[in-house]
Amino acid sequence: MSGTTIVSSDDARIERVRTIIRNHKKKGDSLIQILHAVQNSYGYLPVEVQRIVSEETGESLSTVSGVVSFYSFFSTEPNGKHNIRICMGTACYVRGGVRLVDFLEDLLKCKAGHTTADGMFKFEIARCIGACSLAPAVSIDDKVYPNVNTEDLPGIIASYYDKEEEVEG
Amino acid sequence: MAKYMRKLEQVSELEQMKQEFLEETASYNYTVIVCGGTGCISSHCGDVMTALKKQYITRGLREEVRIVESGCIGLCSLGPTVLVQPGNIFYVNMTPEKMIQVVDKHLVGGVVQTEYTYLDEETGEHVPCMDDIPFFKDQVKIALRNCGSIDYDSIEEYIAHDGYMGFVKATSELKREGVIAELKASGLRGRGGAGFPTGVKWESGYNQPGDQKYIVCNADEGDPGAYMDRSILEGDPHSIIEALMIGGYTIGANKGYVYVRAEYPIAVDRLQNAIEVARGFGLLGENILGTGFSFDLEIRIGAGAFVCGEETALLNSIEGKRGEPRQKPPFPFQSGLFGCPTIINNVETLANVPVIITKGAEWYAGYGVNKSKGTKVFALAGDIKYSGIIEIPMGMHMRDIVYTIGGGIKNNLAFKAVQSGGPSGGCLTKDHLDVSVDYESLAEIGAIMGSGGLIVMDENTCMVDTARYFMDFVQDESCGHCVPCRIGTKRMLELLQKIVSGHGEPIDLENMETLANTIKDTAMCGLGQTAPNPVLTTLKYFRDEYEAHVNEKKCPAHVCKDMLTYEINPEACRRCSLCARNCPVDAISGGKTESYHIDQDKCIRCGTCISHCKFSAIHIV
Repeated sequence: MSGTTIVSSDDARIERVRTIIRNHKKKGDSLIQILHAVQNSYGYLPVEVQRIVSEETGESLSTVSGVVSFYSFFSTEPNGKHNIRICMGTACYVRGGVRLVDFLEDLLKCKAGHTTADGMFKFEIARCIGACSLAPAVSIDDKVYPNVNTEDLPGIIASYYDKEEEVEG
Repeated sequence: MAKYMRKLEQVSELEQMKQEFLEETASYNYTVIVCGGTGCISSHCGDVMTALKKQYITRGLREEVRIVESGCIGLCSLGPTVLVQPGNIFYVNMTPEKMIQVVDKHLVGGVVQTEYTYLDEETGEHVPCMDDIPFFKDQVKIALRNCGSIDYDSIEEYIAHDGYMGFVKATSELKREGVIAELKASGLRGRGGAGFPTGVKWESGYNQPGDQKYIVCNADEGDPGAYMDRSILEGDPHSIIEALMIGGYTIGANKGYVYVRAEYPIAVDRLQNAIEVARGFGLLGENILGTGFSFDLEIRIGAGAFVCGEETALLNSIEGKRGEPRQKPPFPFQSGLFGCPTIINNVETLANVPVIITKGAEWYAGYGVNKSKGTKVFALAGDIKYSGIIEIPMGMHMRDIVYTIGGGIKNNLAFKAVQSGGPSGGCLTKDHLDVSVDYESLAEIGAIMGSGGLIVMDENTCMVDTARYFMDFVQDESCGHCVPCRIGTKRMLELLQKIVSGHGEPIDLENMETLANTIKDTAMCGLGQTAPNPVLTTLKYFRDEYEAHVNEKKCPAHVCKDMLTYEINPEACRRCSLCARNCPVDAISGGKTESYHIDQDKCIRCGTCISHCKFSAIHIV
């Protein structure tokens, strides 16, 4: 991540959302694809954004909201800067994934499925990230940490705060 | 990525591409294949690749060595892995430093670096050649024929391995009825789990009237512990494109969709690239290779819902709707995507199709047993020494999979169970290790072949807790459309939670069985109908464990936390304070004069203290 982020005003972000929806609609994309694109741009899908999707696509708000709430990839809460996913696939479960969840809930003082108070991490349980031969596995953003145990976690978490400090300098 | 794209107008140009590739690669002394499967990526194969590229340039090997990044080679637990040809020399647990040594001594010096190859723990000797390693020896790679051996990003290499020749043979020689006959004769059945004969399915699509038909690849591999389909998409995306072309041609569809789950971004990228390259070469689009057949493909990405692996829910999801299953009939071949006749096949099923067409049904049916022909790909994982992606001929015994291929149980613990088929499947015991792995034999003992997840569990696994785990999964993933699944799985989960928390009563087991059978009989879709399977099989084969939880309030495997107490034996304790210093919740106190003890109210039963105690002074009661 770069050191400076340009935070555009909400109006500009909303306008960008509208453009994205129109472009995808032109291509004949489905509502799910539109929502993926909107979430990528806006970060999450609060009801105000869902309303815009509804206006632009002509689908009722209840239809849009029905799809958003059905799929676990769509989030109505803002994400953390980093997204931690503890794998709870069968292999990871059998090899001790639960201990990692308990430990991390304690360490981050945040229940699974929520974002930490400082906005640094969103911490979720993943169904299976497919790193079964490296169980138990944890992914943070796109990086997968193999064969994790509770002793590794404080170091891994600290490394993200260290990077943050470096950036802020 | 292809070096230059040209639109192929006729079949002879495919042959020409094959020849060009073979001539071009014949001049290399070595081919180095670096596994780029997701497992190896997680163990940092990228660093190994960087070191390889740098060192091979330094040593001036550009003309002599070909470097390939392949899909999953299979032995994921020993990643990053690197294969050097000729000789099939298999390097494991690679690091950039080891890679530099291999370049200098093997590629330049011609000396195999045996100490970096696979170590046979029993003999204490290294086994350099892949073909001699027990993990690989008994495997038969048909669906995985290219996975881990070719560059997933090279259409030329795919073509050099007779790629797209299945499509050519289908359109020029067999024709539509011929493809159906060939598939029927091969005995290929759906590898997603249901085992429906593929030839019969395609025939129903072929016979269905309609101007617009679709063929769909189901790559919504949702079972936890399963990643076979992902490995195929990442390692051999062109085989899926070719299979869908053959399918489209056979049933009369000019459009196909691949529905990939959102959790697989690498698979999506590689497949998307392959589709674009195939389009550039005219293998997708109008009038393919002058056959008069036109066909194109699109990827649809899921959004995280297990139920979308159910074919009718998947169709709703492609249409952009909530992924709730549809009532059958009408079946998808009658009224599927956008109300049009649609044939849906799983990734692994499709991966078999092109090679069945090129090599013939008889060759394929030569593998396997009785009504289960060919091979099956499994993701072998859990408490097993060697885990990864394997492909075995149907009929192999479970014991050979666990002990020969998988190398047995980790840490010398005892085997307890193997779970096949994920949340829809069942658990098998050591008494079933000699079962033949085929559709019929597995069904007979209450398990299923499933899509291919095989999780091996050791003696420290609680089967009641495992059943609870799967029930938690399905009740969370239940779409809520029908009552038996929505409410029934919730009630079953509550019963299981009651049992694992130490409050179970004998009547709970009876109620759970009644409820399980009711859900099985009345749920609307496959997800609901199979949801009780993990509970039913564990009740059948591990009833004594349920009874111990219910009657004695004990978890024999020491897993269910509410029934455990950690205690420090003051006589064995040397007061070293390691346990107290490592306890994540400061539940342990004591000192030089006072013996250490655990505050049971604070203790979260994480086991950290046991793993740190050097004197075996802490135990579970």
